[in-house]
Amino acid sequence: MKLIALLLEGTLVSIEIFFLTLLFSLPLGLVAALGRMSRNRILCGLVKAYISVMRGTPLILQLMFFYFAPFYIFGVSLDRFTAAILAFSLNYAAYFAEIYRGGIESIPKGQYEAAEVLGFTKTQTFFRIIMPQVIKRILPPISNEFTTLVKDTALVTVLGISELFRAARNEASRVASTNPLLVAGVFYFIMNWVLEKAFHYAEKKLSYYR
Amino acid sequence: MQMLKVENVFKSFDGNNVLKGVSFEVNRGEVVAIIGPSGSGKSTLLRCINLLERIDNGMISVGNDVMVYTGENGKVMYSPDKELRRIRLRLGMVFQSFNLFPHFSVLRNITEAPVHVAGISYEKARENALELLRKMELEDKANAYPYQLSGGQSQRVAIARALAMKPDVLFFDEPTSALDPELTMEVLKVIRNLAMEHMTMVVVTHEMSFAREVADRVIFMDGGQIVEEGSPHEIFVNPKSERLKAFLRIFSDK
Ligand SMILES: Nc1ncnc2c1ncn2[C@@H]1O[C@H](COP(=O)(O)OP(=O)(O)O)[C@@H](O)[C@H]1O
Ligand SMILES: [Mg+2]
Repeated sequence: MKLIALLLEGTLVSIEIFFLTLLFSLPLGLVAALGRMSRNRILCGLVKAYISVMRGTPLILQLMFFYFAPFYIFGVSLDRFTAAILAFSLNYAAYFAEIYRGGIESIPKGQYEAAEVLGFTKTQTFFRIIMPQVIKRILPPISNEFTTLVKDTALVTVLGISELFRAARNEASRVASTNPLLVAGVFYFIMNWVLEKAFHYAEKKLSYYR
Repeated sequence: MQMLKVENVFKSFDGNNVLKGVSFEVNRGEVVAIIGPSGSGKSTLLRCINLLERIDNGMISVGNDVMVYTGENGKVMYSPDKELRRIRLRLGMVFQSFNLFPHFSVLRNITEAPVHVAGISYEKARENALELLRKMELEDKANAYPYQLSGGQSQRVAIARALAMKPDVLFFDEPTSALDPELTMEVLKVIRNLAMEHMTMVVVTHEMSFAREVADRVIFMDGGQIVEEGSPHEIFVNPKSERLKAFLRIFSDK
């Protein structure tokens, strides 16, 4: 029982990281996608570079970088939790950006043209006509990212944040048993199971049109 | 009264001259059919008038509103964006591929622009949309989604959607080319009814018998130019140019 309580406490931290990361990376990803599709060559190039670096280097390295780099460069460090959220948000935003872009580019040109001749502004067209269709199309890859994020939260253990994985590992070495790890595994699995159900529900909700 | 004036319009894509000095006028209540071989620039002409493409030279005006003109120095001058937005609302367009919004019901496809562009109350827009659907004989489809419609039904919804904005001129770009013959008939019937109500329309079509029967005037385009223009009788019975004769022969052979 004490084990469960301990791990639940860690789980809350993991969940907090999960939601904070989504809170920042989902909108940031959209902004990055728009930058990536921009006709401004400089902006597009910058965003492209950002996306490739984020996707081309290990997240665990980025975590350590965002924690330690400010100290070496400015002599001040972010607190662990902030550094973790920053690294996760920037990393996931890069993946979301590419997913958004794929979704946006898959919408036929005719949708924009129909909206344009009806007099919709560019902003109206994007939010009323394009985005709702994009969301339906990107739900499967987004759901993959969410699942990966749940598991990736374990990486923040390298910064010494006491989330679920760290709690389980400490407990495992204290009692010299793998049981805590097993229970933590079940916890991760349950979180992803809930996610899967949620996405399944969302997809069903959006199946009213094709 | 003149509703649309197109004067000496040029348009090229990367050196490919698609429109080479096109001029024509449409009067209020008139139905003008545009015919011509594929690649002759018919779609491009409609897209230029509907601001989906920008012209390289020439003048286009809707009623008294000048959308674009070419100055003394040869520079093409479009009206300011705000003005263009207002002029655009006087024009409606129906595409070959319908382009309905798949995530909206039929009703919402029709009410969305009146509510969010024209600023009409939803109740009024809905009432108007249902009336239009009745005209299109689609009142039972108000709550359906586009994927549940046949091509002919989709195109009639697209027509209703365009009409809901009460345009002064309605353009059709091969509205039946994606449809089977029997579905073509139901769409042509709707356009014919609009013609009887004196809706001003410009219809690009390959349906020669339709053009002949419904149009007040027919324009024959080839190679980015208007080669011949006249009443259906002049165009179909007494074609003058060799190119038009050759074009019509293809259809009579069918
Ligand atoms: N966006 C575009 N970019 C490049 N070429 C185009 C574009 N739109 C049309 N064209 C070219 O213009 C010519 C006329 O096309 P179009 O106006 O569609 O003719 P029509 O509708 O009479 O068949 C074609 O050669 C086509 O390839
Ligand atoms: Mg065409």
